[in-house]
Amino acid sequence: MAAAASIPIMPEARFALNQRRQNSQFAELFDLLDAVKDPEIPVLSIWDLGILQDVACDAGRVEVTITPTYSGCPAMAQIAEDIVACLADAGYDNVDVTQRLTPAWTTDWIDASTRKRLREYGIAGPDSAVCPQCGSSDTSVISEFGSTSCKALLRCNSCLEPFDQFKRL
Amino acid sequence: MTNHGDIAEYALRLGDDALVHGQRLCEWCADAPFLEEDIAIANAGLDYLGRARMLLQYAGSILGRSEDELAFLRDAPEFRNLLIVELPRGDFAFATVCQYLLDEYELLFFEALTNSKDETLAAIAAKAIKEVRYHQRRSVEWMRRLGLGTEESNRRAQAALDELWGYVAEFFDADELETRVIADGVGVDRSALEVVWRDRVGDLLDEVELSLPGDEWQVSGGRSGVHTEHLGHMLGEMQFMQRAYPGLEW
Repeated sequence: MAAAASIPIMPEARFALNQRRQNSQFAELFDLLDAVKDPEIPVLSIWDLGILQDVACDAGRVEVTITPTYSGCPAMAQIAEDIVACLADAGYDNVDVTQRLTPAWTTDWIDASTRKRLREYGIAGPDSAVCPQCGSSDTSVISEFGSTSCKALLRCNSCLEPFDQFKRL
Repeated sequence: MTNHGDIAEYALRLGDDALVHGQRLCEWCADAPFLEEDIAIANAGLDYLGRARMLLQYAGSILGRSEDELAFLRDAPEFRNLLIVELPRGDFAFATVCQYLLDEYELLFFEALTNSKDETLAAIAAKAIKEVRYHQRRSVEWMRRLGLGTEESNRRAQAALDELWGYVAEFFDADELETRVIADGVGVDRSALEVVWRDRVGDLLDEVELSLPGDEWQVSGGRSGVHTEHLGHMLGEMQFMQRAYPGLEW
């Protein structure tokens, strides 16, 4: 049982998102959009973060559906521009980016491999208060609201460095 | 079937609450007691601004006006926000107590609004409620620190509470329009939230050694456009750029 417990379980919400991509007839568009990164966390794509929800193409018109992490996230405008530019580079000139609010964005859309890359980038995952620098779990919260809407600010009591944590939402 | 005009007006009211409060929170940027708090308040302000945009976009889509027109080109009597959010920011205790009273109200309100028969309002509420939970967690912590901190912090928090208390009745008032949207299952019956709100707030005040003020005076009027003198001054700053350079874009 101990071994089984260490297998990361993919949250249902993320599984549903992955299924949508796998079953999509526009897989190549999803693949292209892997190049669009979060402006604040350039190691992660909008797909990794669950911001990219769906892509469809009808009679040459591409519709990309994204969902905001937080209501006021200023990165959304940048992300929409990046999507248009990315698809334009591949020859798609007629692109609409629409925002969808339902279902509301959740950190459950961030899977284990993405969390690992977040940690390597210096940001603790949404369910982890472990210091991404030294691995100590002796940490404390400085502020529930960090450098961006989606992050809280923590401090490691072992290496004394502050670090960001993705807020659980 | 709810009248579209009613839905637009309802969304506008909620949008104005968020816009005006968000603007007040942003006034703390670079002026909070310390850096982390500065960032926290600005962050909460951003949540409100995002919520305001969603609601004003929705209202505007029905009214045929853009979110910017609604935010920057209406004068004070056309604003529909609750009076409590337009009050000058005051000292940090005042801002904290105001935020706390609002957070407890919003927790109940947006939870209920997620059941709205209007899909857009329900979706915005589902987004908002997650953020409100964070705001409330922070303001409860600050209420503890202020109430149980020093004599001065307790005195200031109590003074803020006494000054703000007359504005909370407006959280639970419903006029004719609201009664209609409630009957249609679109709006929230706010009067039904009051008992729970008073229980929760009463319990916390008790815990943090602040006393519940009496209901000696109450003001209302925000929902019908009758505002305090403070809103006009705030709009003077918030709307200046659009008034001076109509159609300006960044």
